Formats: sequence, structure tokens, C-alpha cells
Amino acid sequence: MDFVNAIVQVLDSTIRLSVPLLLACLAGLFSERSGIFDIGLEGKMLVGAFAGAAAASVFHSAFIGLGMAILISVAFAMVHGFASITHRGNQIVSGVAINFIAAGSTIILGQAWFQQGGRTPALQPGERFESITAYVISNFLSTYSFSTASFADFLASIRGLILYLPALLIDALARIPGFGPIFAELVLGHSILVYFAFAMVPFTWWVLFRTRFGLRLRAVGENPAAVDTAGISVAWLRYRALICTGILTGVAGAYLSMVQNGGFVKDMTAGKGYIALAALIFAKWKPVNAMFACLLFGFLDAASIRLQGSPLPIVGKVSAQFMQALPYVLTVVLLAGFIGKAIPPRAGGVPYVKER
Amino acid sequence: MAQAAIELIGINKSFGAVRANRDINLEIARGTIHGIVGENGAGKSTLMSILYGFYQADSGEIRVGGNPASIKTPNDAIALGIGMVHQHFMLVDNFSVLENIILGAESDALLKRSIAKARSELERLEREYGLDVDPDAIIEELPVGLQQRVEILKALYRGAEILILDEPTGVLTPAEADHLFRILKQLKDQGKTVVLITHKLREIMAITDTVSVMRQGTMVATRETRKTTVEELAELMVGRRVLLRVEKGEAEAGAVKLAVKNLTVKDSRGVTMVDDISFDVRGGEIVGIAGVAGNGQSELLEAISGIRRAVSGSVMLDGKPIDLTGAADPGELRDRGLAHVPEDRHHVGLVLAFEENENSILGYHDDPRYLRGPFLNVDAIMADARDKIEKYDIRPGNPRLKTANFSGGNQQKIVLAREIEQDPGVLIVGQPTRGVDVGAIEFIHKRLIAMRDQGKAVLVVSVELDEIRSLSDRILVMFAGRIVGERGPEATEGELGLLMAGVERQEAAA
Amino acid sequence: MSTPYAKLPAWADYGLIPLINLSVAFIVAGFVVLLVGENPFRAAVILVEGAFGKGTGIAFTLFYATTFIFTGLSVAVAAHCGLFNIGTEGQAYIAGLGIAIVCLSFDSVLPWWLTFPLAIVASAAVGALWALIPAYLQAKRGSHIVITTIMFNFIAASIMVYLLVGALKPAGSQAPQTRNFLAGAELPKLNWIIELFGAKIRSAPLNVTFLLALAMAFLVWLLIWRTKLGYEMRTYGHSPKAARYAGISETRIIITAMMISGALAGMMALNPVMGDQHNVAIDFVSGAGFVGIAVALMGRLHPVGIVLAAILFGMLYQGGAELAFEMPAISRDMIVIIQGLVILFAGALEHMFRPYIQALFASFSPRSVGMEAVKGKGA
Repeated sequence: MDFVNAIVQVLDSTIRLSVPLLLACLAGLFSERSGIFDIGLEGKMLVGAFAGAAAASVFHSAFIGLGMAILISVAFAMVHGFASITHRGNQIVSGVAINFIAAGSTIILGQAWFQQGGRTPALQPGERFESITAYVISNFLSTYSFSTASFADFLASIRGLILYLPALLIDALARIPGFGPIFAELVLGHSILVYFAFAMVPFTWWVLFRTRFGLRLRAVGENPAAVDTAGISVAWLRYRALICTGILTGVAGAYLSMVQNGGFVKDMTAGKGYIALAALIFAKWKPVNAMFACLLFGFLDAASIRLQGSPLPIVGKVSAQFMQALPYVLTVVLLAGFIGKAIPPRAGGVPYVKER
Repeated sequence: MAQAAIELIGINKSFGAVRANRDINLEIARGTIHGIVGENGAGKSTLMSILYGFYQADSGEIRVGGNPASIKTPNDAIALGIGMVHQHFMLVDNFSVLENIILGAESDALLKRSIAKARSELERLEREYGLDVDPDAIIEELPVGLQQRVEILKALYRGAEILILDEPTGVLTPAEADHLFRILKQLKDQGKTVVLITHKLREIMAITDTVSVMRQGTMVATRETRKTTVEELAELMVGRRVLLRVEKGEAEAGAVKLAVKNLTVKDSRGVTMVDDISFDVRGGEIVGIAGVAGNGQSELLEAISGIRRAVSGSVMLDGKPIDLTGAADPGELRDRGLAHVPEDRHHVGLVLAFEENENSILGYHDDPRYLRGPFLNVDAIMADARDKIEKYDIRPGNPRLKTANFSGGNQQKIVLAREIEQDPGVLIVGQPTRGVDVGAIEFIHKRLIAMRDQGKAVLVVSVELDEIRSLSDRILVMFAGRIVGERGPEATEGELGLLMAGVERQEAAA
Repeated sequence: MSTPYAKLPAWADYGLIPLINLSVAFIVAGFVVLLVGENPFRAAVILVEGAFGKGTGIAFTLFYATTFIFTGLSVAVAAHCGLFNIGTEGQAYIAGLGIAIVCLSFDSVLPWWLTFPLAIVASAAVGALWALIPAYLQAKRGSHIVITTIMFNFIAASIMVYLLVGALKPAGSQAPQTRNFLAGAELPKLNWIIELFGAKIRSAPLNVTFLLALAMAFLVWLLIWRTKLGYEMRTYGHSPKAARYAGISETRIIITAMMISGALAGMMALNPVMGDQHNVAIDFVSGAGFVGIAVALMGRLHPVGIVLAAILFGMLYQGGAELAFEMPAISRDMIVIIQGLVILFAGALEHMFRPYIQALFASFSPRSVGMEAVKGKGA
């Protein structure tokens, strides 16, 4: 039972740790598929995390926080676009610039506004996104099932009627011995942003391969001249791709500061943007692969935390640093072409200039 | 005269200090095939790009079907029924034919419906114009001729009434070109207007109804095709009688300097580009290799000069073999007296961002003359560069000037000076006069003949048949990676054209 | 490869435009200062005074500049060969390992002037080796060097943490760092040079590595513009195809350039490790490798420009420390913002103001921008 418990916990934290990677990875997918290399994922995630936690704490609303995270993250994506699309600057250089500006400004503004050493105030319930089970149980079952008076009020509201039955169902499922707790933990024990992240995988695939926008997006990453002569604005198309990138990095940041952590801490992305980039290459720029790559990298992270100091059956003691470095080592091995070849979008990295 | 499909009135366009189009007037009649000829750089493509909305004119007026039109983007052009087939195809290589055709003209936000609609429409177009293409084929797997067909279908799918083709036959064999011309005639019969941009007079004479000639950004004349001659057009294009033949004496061929035997070369995709080729070049002769671009000439040159790995075969330089395993050092070959003027001077033969003097040692930077230990001998390099500038009349004569600021002809002279002044035994030259102004062409041809007269072996590859015929003592024709024939310089254009089309081989295969 | 921009006189190209870009970066930074409720002009005064006002400040400024000269040169050497070495950070970090081994082995037996050369060789060698793998993968397997060097930064960090909490940590110590070096691995200070000019210095870490950095700047200039190797690197950097044509081996030139770049990055570690902290601690590089990108871009890849840009960043680091002291709302992270803005405006948006400057020049004298026609391209 202890073993099962351990596995459930590792899988659970795998999901939690994969989510920011997955969101950032899909964000990078939109950008890179449109022909813009994006090493600025890290910075955009970071400003998203800061803006989200700061706004949530000031306005006491998780959703305002999320909105702000997205807004600011998109704004940074637009700066990247302004430099690398409008002014045809080096995409990597502008990405690096974004990361620096993000790292510095989140700390400076955080300190100036909240005076907590670059942190934002700890988020209160309601200011952060809670797990579905916690939300349902705290808001409905615990409150209402013990008070008949308010229970009647509750039933009167349609919203309650819709939510109460699933809440009961969840509660009942969670009580099934053995399976119940695992189910509650693994499947339902997450915030809405987690479900959003995983829903984005098929959605991204659908957008990319089943819509007009996706067709044009892929085309502009392969041959922008073909898009230009077909009467479509290359710049606007790429800007739209970057808006998608900004939205997703914003959500990724919000997840870090408003779900995983109850507030913003300086440099809280801690290289996740780069791991996401590695996952994107690992996934060969495909959405479903991206999910598996992020789950793998998330699992390595979770396992390294779990295994800190404790020996494994066959291999013996594995150092945490080794596990942490593994995603990077795997990506280098992949890039070296030892396990399949990762071929990036053909027009990636090159600003589009009309030929003379 | 029929009603005008397009009228261009007083079009001007400059790029920086370069005036690409000056005060151009042009009228194209509906339902005709109208040719526009001119040398490289005459402003033909710029003019058509303005018509297609890719560039905007600085001043002037465009009328389509008699109505003033404002064409700011390709979209505007498409809406007015103008379609364009670019010189470099505007296709997404890893998309299917259908995906390429609907790109930018999707009927629906969802692909499924757009593609379904396009599929039936495409079938209709294919039937109507005899343009067979598998709609689900991936572009990069199609031969160039079919890719071009996709470009035409793309324009027709968008409802083009006026079709502009920019140098459409550059990558085609004569047979494919003839097929294209049949398609264009059919389009004309259906009432479409076709504008054909080319610098090949043969094509103009073969297919157009009217022809306009451009020179240095201006429109110099418009003629009815059946009332003009190749000679007249050629004169209009260059502005004076062309020196079609360079004066040269009889060749005195000596010993074999370069011997190629059973050479086979593949490109990066693994496609065989040079297929079991054998030939010799002797001292004191110029051997010309003719052929349509893309038939393995580039790969042949690269293999001989040690840049590209060969699969099998041998190349002997002065009786000693060249390492063809890809480990060959082009520097070592230079030491052995093999000089190479590459086809692409912008990216291969020169570093445009370098100063002129730095380019004058490219490839010879190992030469002790230019070095002091591991250091560059700047004084020696500068003196050498000044010397070459003088001898080859390179203008402007400033060895410190960035190479990008020289004209095409002068850039080519920089390369030639560097290679010829090393006094090599064998000189191989790819496209000696591509993008070079007329004055420099004559200079370059004379230099090459002078090399021959000094007893050097010269191998010239060119897609310009005129150039091959006027320079060569022997002409080899390449088709699909093989040498399909050898002729003397007296061979007619028609004879060589048939060889270049691989006609004999195709008949044998059929 | 013709640039879409016309020519400007050299002084405008190398002086005016970088100056404008830099000014814009600082103006934007000024707005950030306003945003946190401080006076940007007062902040600027404090910053400059903190960096140059006193002898100690100058010494600190030059100490930081030393570090940035190395990383800036490292980025520039790779860039001349067309390679974006974003792995300077990791190469410098792992070089600390080489220095640690030399110093811990010899600090009790050799004087500093013998330990120092050994440490130079060790740091350069380790840095070069760490750059070798991404270089090899780029040259032989076509792996994108930007990505591999980023990955190698993280791998280097993992290795260093592993060693510093393990093998390199003295028994019984809690702090993740090596033991402190003895006198045989402590570099002499250079503060007396500044004191010659009459300034007083309390204690500042400026040390002989500064002279090494200046020597390296000169050697890099020599390498790039005056040697055959530099010529080959620049050829490859501008056009790999031309390099192949000229008989320059792609593998050899990529690996050589990256190893030189890595060696320069590695030498950076000498400055903080032997000149200041006298031990190897976790994260002692603290972003200096990335500052190198900004320094190289601002210095336009020329050693003279890089030394000037490094001093400017040294000034920001030193003045920034004073600023954080005087204005509590502004921490030293302000520099990180400025750094980002400099990279943005001097790097990615390098050409933003160029058309306006050109228009301005053209309106004064059309001849001065007389762009030569690049004929023969397109029709």
C-alpha cells in the first residue's frame, strides 16, 4: 500500500510539474511553427506569473489575476514580435532580451509595490485556483450539507443545482475504498488550469491541422514567400501566432504563481521555459508528442524530488542533480540525431525579407 | 486592336539609388500572349511584381480592363483576376498539392470543407486545361515541371483572367517547355491573357503575339511578334549590335590535363545528379558543357573542384588522381593548379561583406606569399589586390571597399582575377557571365580565350547556349546527369537544343 | 547577402547609431525607475558617482568589467564565426572546476605567480572542453548550437552543484563550496594603480586578472583581423559555402572557434574565484555569461568596443549596488533590466533608427549615403 501510495504521489506530482512545461511548450509550438524561434518562453512565463499573482492579490480575484497574466505575457510577446517581425531583428537575441527584462522587472516592480523582497503577498483562498475536489467540497458539501437553512437557499439557485449533483458524485467516488482516493487525487485533484492545459493538446492539434489559420501558420513557418504571394500578410500571421504564444505562456505563469505556489517568488520559472523548449524539440514540433515529452520531463523532475537520497532497486542511489540534468541530456542526444532527427520548421529563425 | 486587359501608365520604381523602372508605359491586349524581354536586371520582374502588388510603384497608374486599379497587395491583384507564376515557385514543399492550392484562398475557416470544395474545382480545371496533377501528392516529391503546373492551377483556382509567368522555362527541359507553351496557347484560346517574361528570344518568337523590350529600367519598344526578328529584338535588348562570336584562332589542343572517368555524384537527398560521366579536357582547348539548369552541371563542377563528395569514378589532374571521398581539400587542388570560378559568386566565390582585398585571396589565403607565420601579410595582400584591380580594370578601384558595393560584372572580375592570376593549369568556370553587364561579358570571354591560347585547359559550364557556342572548341551536352552528345562549335542551336532535351534518350526509352 | 540598408559614414555606423540605441535603452530604463516612484535623474547621478566617484568605486567597476571583458570576447569570437555561443555561462561555471583542482592542489606549495598560469591553463582548457561537445555536435551532426549550449548550461550547473555539495566540499562544512584557498592561490590586487592617481581605496577586489583581460582583448583583435585563422573564421561566419569553396574545413573551424570562445569564457572564472572569493561556490558566475551577450552586441563584436561596453556594465553593476543602498525601491536587479534593454535595442532592434538617420544624412548630403547599385540581382 505504501508503494502504491508512493506511485500515486509521484504520478500526481508528475502531472503538476508537467503542466507549466506543457503550456509553455505549446506556446513555443505556435511561435516556432510560424517561423519564430522563441527562447523567450522563460521570460514571458515569468512576467505572467508575476502579473497574475500581483493582480489576483490586489483585486482579490483569481480570474482577474489570470487575465492580467495573459495580458502582460501577450504584451511581451508583442515586443518580441516588434523586434523580430517588424524590425527583422535576430529572434534569438530578442528572446534573450525579453528574458532579462522579465527577470529584472518582476523583482524591481514586486519590491516597489509589495515590499516583500520581490515576492507578492501570499494569495488567499479565492485569489488562487484550487483543485476541483477542494473547490467542490469546500464550497458545497462542507458548507451546505450541514445547514438546512442555507441548503434550501442553495437548492433554489440554479447554479447550485447544476453543481451539487456532480459534487455529490465526486464525493461518493472519492469514498470508494482503494480506487477512490487515487481517483480523487490523480484525476480530480487538480485546478481548472490543469484541465485547460491538457485540453489544449487536442485543441492545438485541431487548430494546426484542421483550420485555415493552422494551415497558414504552418505555411508561414515553412515558406513565408508562398504566404506573401498568396495575398496573406506574413507579419500579421506571425503576430497572431505570437499572441497565441503569449496567451499560453501567460496561463503557464499563472499556474506557477497561482496554483503551484500561493504567490510570486523571484525567478520562480527557474529554467522551465528552457525545458519547455527542449521538450518542443524533443516532440519534433508536434502537439501530442509535446504532451508526452512534457510528461516525461515532469516525471523526471517529480522522481528526482521523490528520490532525494533514497536508493532505487536496481541502479542504487541516484543523485537529484542527475535526474534534473536528464531532460537536457536527453534533448542533446536527440539533437545529435542519435534517436531520430528533429527537423525544425524550415523558415525558422530567419526574418522574412521580400526578395529583390 | 482588342480591348486592353492591362494598361500601365508612367510607372516609376526605385530601390534606394537604383531606378528599376523609369516611366514605363505598356498596354496588353485581352486574349493575347504578350512577351516582355530584356537582359537580367532590365526591370522586367520588378514591373510585374508591381502589377501583382508585391511591390508598389513610386508613381504611375495601373488600369485593369479599362478601369483605374489600386493594387497594394497581392490580394488586390488576385481580386482583379491577376495571377502570377514566380520564377522561384511559391509553394510550401511539405504540403500537398491541394493544400498549396487553397492556401490564402480557403473557402472556409475549416480545412475539411475548403479542401473538399477545392478538390472538385481542381478536377474541373484539370479537365478543362489538360493539367493533370495528383491533388494529394506532396510538392517536394513532384518534378519541377509538375510543380510549375501546380503554380498555374493555383492562379486559375483564384479565378485569374490574366496570368503572368516570370522566366517559366529556366528550370524546364525544352520538352517540358513545349508542353508549357501548349498549355499557354490553350489558356489564350479560352480567352485568358498571358504575360510571359523571359530573356530567351526563341520562346518569344515561338509563342507570343506581341513583344515588349525592356532595357535598363525603360521600355524601349513594343512589336508585333510576326513583324519582328530575333536580330532586331536582340539589338533592342542590348542597345547595340551584339558581338555573338568572340574572335579566336584555331585551338591547338595539347596533352590531357583533366580526365574525368565514370564519375557519379549524388546530391544531399541521395538523388543521382551526375551519372557515370567520362570526358577529357586538353591543354589549349575550351570545353563547354551545355544543358538546362539542374541537369547535374553544378554537382559535376563541385565534385571536380573537391567541394562535393563523389560516389564513384575518378578525376585525374595532370595524370594524378583527385581525392573524391569528400575529404579532398580544395586548397590542395589549387596548389596542384586547378582553379575554379564557381557558379554562385554571391555565396560561394565571394564573401560580399569582405573588403575587396580580402576576397582577392579567398582560397589562396594559405599561400605563403600572403602570410607571415600565422599572421596575414596585409601589405602583400593590398599590393596584390591593387595589381589585380589594375590588370582587370575593376571599378571602383578601391581595395578597401566592401565587395557588396561592386556591380555584378566587377564582382565577377574580382573572382576571375584571383583565379587566373594564380596561373593555373586547369580553369573550370561555372556560368562565366551570369548577371554580368554586356561590356564585361566581352572582357571575360576574351580572358578565357587568352587562357586557352596560353595552353591551359578550360572547362566552361553555362546555361546560355550562345555563350557555349561562341567560346567552346568542343561542346558536351548534359541531360539528366549524363553526357548525351559531343559536338563541334559549328553545331546548330536546334541540334544542341534537341540534345539538351534528351530527345534521343527519351525515344530510346519509349 | 546584400544588406537592405544603405551605407553610412563609419563614425555614424560605429559611434552614432550604437549611442542612440544605448540612449533609448537608458530612457526606457528611466521610465521603469519612474514607475517605482523614484527620480531617474537622481538615480543616474547616484549610479555614476557610485561607479566613478571614489577610488573604491572605480576599482569595483573595473573588477566587474574584467569579468565582462572575458565573456564579451567569448561571445564575440564565436559570433565572428557565425555561431551564437549562449553557453558562456556554463563554460565559465564549469571552468571553476579546473581552477578548484589547481588551487586546491598547489595553493600550499606554489607562490601565486606559479599557481596563476596553471590556473589560466586549467580554466581555459575546461571551458574549451565544455564548448567542444556542442561544437562537435553542430559540426558533425548539425545540432543547433544555440539549443545545445543552453542545455549545456543546465548540465554544467547540475554537475557543479553535485560536486560542490559532494566531492569538493570539505568534510564537516555545511556551505556548498570548496575550502578557502591559501595565499598561494590568491591573486594580488591592482588597487595601487588607482591609488597612484591619488584616490583612496578601502578594499576592492580589482586584481591582476584585469591585465589578463586586456591582453586577451588585444589577442582577440589580432586573431580576428590579422591571422589566417581569424580570416577563415570570418569567412565561415559570413558564408559557410564560401568557406567550403576556399578549402576551409567546416568541422575544424567550428570546433576551433568554439574552443577559443569556451577558453575565454573559462578564464572569466579566474577573476571572482582567485581574485575575490578565494573559493569556488555555487553560482559564482551569476549571469556574467549572459551579460557577455549584451557586451558583445554593444561592442559590435570589436575588442575595443567590448572593453568599453564591459566598463559600462561594470559601472552599472557597481553603481547599481550604490543605487540599491541609496534608493531602497531599486535593487541591483535594475541592472538586469538595463541589460535586457541594451540587448533589445543594441542587438535585436539594431537597425530600428537606421532609416531615420540615413534619411537625415541624405537630406544634408545625398553623396555621403550614395549607395552603390548592387546590380545583377533580380530583374
